[in-house]
Amino acid sequence: MKAIPFNYIARNVYARKVTTLLTASGMALVVFVFASVLMMTEGIRQTLVATGQPDNVMVIRRSAASEVQSGVGRDQASVIDSLPEIATDGRGQKLLSKEPVAVINLPKRKRNPTDADKPSNIVVRGTTVQGLALRPQVHIVEGRMFTPGTSEIIAGHSIAAAFPGAALGESLHFAQRQWTVVGIFNAGGSAFDSEVWGDAEQLMQGFRRFSFSSVIFRLADPSQFDSVKSKLESDPRLTIEAKREKQFYADQSEALAKFIGYLGTTLSIIFSIGAIVGAMITMYASVASRTGEIGTLRALGFPRSSILIAFLVESLVLGLVGGVVGLAAASAMQAVSLSTMNFQTFSELTFRFHINTAIVVEVLLFALFMGFVGGFLPAFRAARMKIVDALRAA
Amino acid sequence: MFFIVKLLTRNAWRQKLRMVLTIVGLVVAICAFGLLRTIVDAWYAGVDATSSVRLVTRNSISLVFPLPLNYAQRMRQIDGVTGVSWGNWFGGVYITERNFFPQFAVDGATYFELYPEYVVKPAEFRAFLADRQGVVVGRKLADQYGWKLGDQIPLRGTIFPGTWTFTLRAIYDGADAKTDESQFLFQWAYLNETVKKRYGRRADQVGFYIERLANPDDAASVSRQLDTLFRNSLAETLTETEKAFQLGFISMTELILVAIQAVSLVIILIIMAVMANTIAMTARERTSEYATMKAIGFGPGFIGWMIVGESLLIALVGGALGVAITFPIASAFAKAMGTLFPVFFVSRQTVLLQFAAAALIGLVAAAFPAWNAGRVRIVEGLRRVA
Repeated sequence: MKAIPFNYIARNVYARKVTTLLTASGMALVVFVFASVLMMTEGIRQTLVATGQPDNVMVIRRSAASEVQSGVGRDQASVIDSLPEIATDGRGQKLLSKEPVAVINLPKRKRNPTDADKPSNIVVRGTTVQGLALRPQVHIVEGRMFTPGTSEIIAGHSIAAAFPGAALGESLHFAQRQWTVVGIFNAGGSAFDSEVWGDAEQLMQGFRRFSFSSVIFRLADPSQFDSVKSKLESDPRLTIEAKREKQFYADQSEALAKFIGYLGTTLSIIFSIGAIVGAMITMYASVASRTGEIGTLRALGFPRSSILIAFLVESLVLGLVGGVVGLAAASAMQAVSLSTMNFQTFSELTFRFHINTAIVVEVLLFALFMGFVGGFLPAFRAARMKIVDALRAA
Repeated sequence: MFFIVKLLTRNAWRQKLRMVLTIVGLVVAICAFGLLRTIVDAWYAGVDATSSVRLVTRNSISLVFPLPLNYAQRMRQIDGVTGVSWGNWFGGVYITERNFFPQFAVDGATYFELYPEYVVKPAEFRAFLADRQGVVVGRKLADQYGWKLGDQIPLRGTIFPGTWTFTLRAIYDGADAKTDESQFLFQWAYLNETVKKRYGRRADQVGFYIERLANPDDAASVSRQLDTLFRNSLAETLTETEKAFQLGFISMTELILVAIQAVSLVIILIIMAVMANTIAMTARERTSEYATMKAIGFGPGFIGWMIVGESLLIALVGGALGVAITFPIASAFAKAMGTLFPVFFVSRQTVLLQFAAAALIGLVAAAFPAWNAGRVRIVEGLRRVA
């Protein structure tokens, strides 16, 4: 089979600059939206998955969906504390943290003094030195760790930047006290970046809480998770549920990631109809205006299949141009950091657009698919033309 | 005049396949645009349904923290407050997590007084008040799950653990289309008694208070008085108008709204590119025709306007079809979403915006080709073979 050279096809695309540009830019916009949605969903997953450690176990009250809803009494917490399977640190201290978690409502920093108040919910977590050791991804980047037993707090770097009073040396008023920010921590893009941490016992007093929200501990041997889980959950003194920390945070991101995913995919499909129609119009016009040329090619001995392939390739090139441009624009979105409320935890979550190879492949395939669907019928029409008619029409 | 319209229609219909494709694209875009606008409207529905005579008081730390029950007495004593009611967010699960609808434990006798837009039949309302485990639900919610009066509805508590069983005693209808008909309202007393039995310390705590004002202009001063009253107490309060309270929720999810709005503009841009392409191709193919018309004596303005007219005609036909199918699609979408969007209807403003967008697409798409066709020289145009 004689194939029409690719060079010839590519030049055809280039020869009709304005039309190519309009069609490809329509496709590029669709690809941009599609890629942004995938990157956003991936970013949320990354943020929450990065939050959990694989060998940590999270214990919350049975049937509570989030830490804020949960309550684990002191008596129950001590029962968990006595488990022999818990890992210890270098000094023989158990790696276990009993943490009260509360949501407080603070207004965001304003860009202009005239802006309206934008209150947002942020998580305040009471923790201990062990709590910090349980989360190796958390590093203090400015200042120091809070001193246990004082009204000192440390703030995640997303919080420090977005809320007045949360920067180093400033102070926040909540739970009837003035809390001084003595440190800023970076949690490596995890959900902890959107939290404020203080001393567990001090926060319990401040919020007048009688129970912790969750108990987190590390297993000495991660493979024992299932036996520890059944042991805890069958203990009649406990009304709790144990989950791997990683699983717990993955569950928290599910609804938000799904919501954005569904909305975005539906929109992308609707948009792609518009772009496919655009490609089809362009390709039909391309076929119609080149009837004579098609006749000549056939007369020279190129078979129908070559014509079909040539026009399909032309359309795929259009799709590819749109795909690459859209993807390039979308990858620039990686610099943007966003925050929204996670419905499941009722609190602020900061995340970034995240791109990976799977997304790149998926997006380019989507662009090529649009080109293929848009080009198939016109290419078919071109291939069916009779040599004599085509030559006469010219 | 009739001649011109006929010319435009005939011209538009010359390339049938291209026209059908363009119109399909337009219909999809205009319909999607309308649907997205309606979703944004639905997001703000909670704000539109607020009343200027109601204030909401919550714990100043955040909504998660409760307020003591005895605040109600002290609130009633403030001048300008004509009614006080309270409630708790229940956050229960009906069978599976997927069946989400808002559930509140409310003080039945006073709550419905403050919300006259929830219309309940007096006999059903009396039955609700008489039954501790009674519940009032919105018409939309009742229809969605096929509940009838007297049905037993079990919920699994996430904030208040255990299984709770309610008996459906009344169904309310909204006073107008803006009213949320998806709420599940049961007796606060039932919640409180059970909590007292199970975990004594958490009893007599209220999630939020609602106050009715005698005069909406007093909102600012009454809010201040209320918050001053409880300053330096164990549970400090934050009082705001119902509207500000609802807007606070929306601002937390603003990002999603901004994204939807941005996307609804992107779709207009996409279809603008498609349409501009169609018109540009059409005009290019007819260059020699335009030259001929000029040679007979039609001015460049006439040719330009003819292209604009054709483009507008196509855009408006596509726009009108798009608007027409928005209504059935919106109602199907509302049905599929169930109680997630309690209030969902295509507003008049949306329809106007859809037409405006269609007209804009038509004008922008024709601008360059029209200008170009008007400029083409007769000799060159005639020489060119399309």
